[in-house]
Amino acid sequence: MSIVFTITLPAKLENLQKMMRSVCDSAQIQGFARKKIGEIELAAEEAWVNICNYAYPEQSGDVEVIGKADDNNFIIEIIDSGIPFDITALSDPNITDDVDERKIGGLGVFLMKKMADEVRYRRENDRNVVELIFKKAGGG
Amino acid sequence: MEIQTRKEKGAIIVLVKGRMDALTAPEFENDLSGQISKGENIFLINLTGLEYISSAGLRSILSISKKLKEKRGKILFTGLHGPVEEIFTISGFDSIFKIFLSEETALNEI
Repeated sequence: MSIVFTITLPAKLENLQKMMRSVCDSAQIQGFARKKIGEIELAAEEAWVNICNYAYPEQSGDVEVIGKADDNNFIIEIIDSGIPFDITALSDPNITDDVDERKIGGLGVFLMKKMADEVRYRRENDRNVVELIFKKAGGG
Repeated sequence: MEIQTRKEKGAIIVLVKGRMDALTAPEFENDLSGQISKGENIFLINLTGLEYISSAGLRSILSISKKLKEKRGKILFTGLHGPVEEIFTISGFDSIFKIFLSEETALNEI
């Protein structure tokens, strides 16, 4: 598996577009169809926003995004050195509640899990590493 | 994202175009909140021109509909297609909101 892009940016919402451009350009080069690129973008946005909102409650910090690819998979690794947070352990929101009961939060991580073929989390060297894995059509 | 509004048959018709993401969704929420505070309480949201929506967009829609519910208002949707329709379905928004095939049929419902 080879690295196809890396970008490091301060964990700020306003950097969303810069991060998304790298992800989107790379997904195009990897040959994904337009629909799948939209799903990749959505998963990446949700992971990004989650870090901007929760990883660094008291100080500012960076996010490193690394794209990796081989014949079968495209992987986006999103790394922060903020507070430990296992995104995969979060329970899904109740999507059958009506307007009154529907909680405003929780949808982002849920959508991220739905869009990616697989989401992995590990804590490594005091950093949170989230891997979004997308399978290439026809591969694996 | 681009928002255009017009009033027809007592409803505010809101055309939303482009991308509703974490950066742009607050514009939608602020725009509609402003209209609600001016006394408008029936909204038809036309998403024909919307290409992308993330949880931030869903959250702003939910927040507006909660405000409208307090004022006994209504929020209806039309123009759902492609990825936006898919996200509505995955999130269960297709069962909590009234979705119509055209502006006409939605307006007849009001």
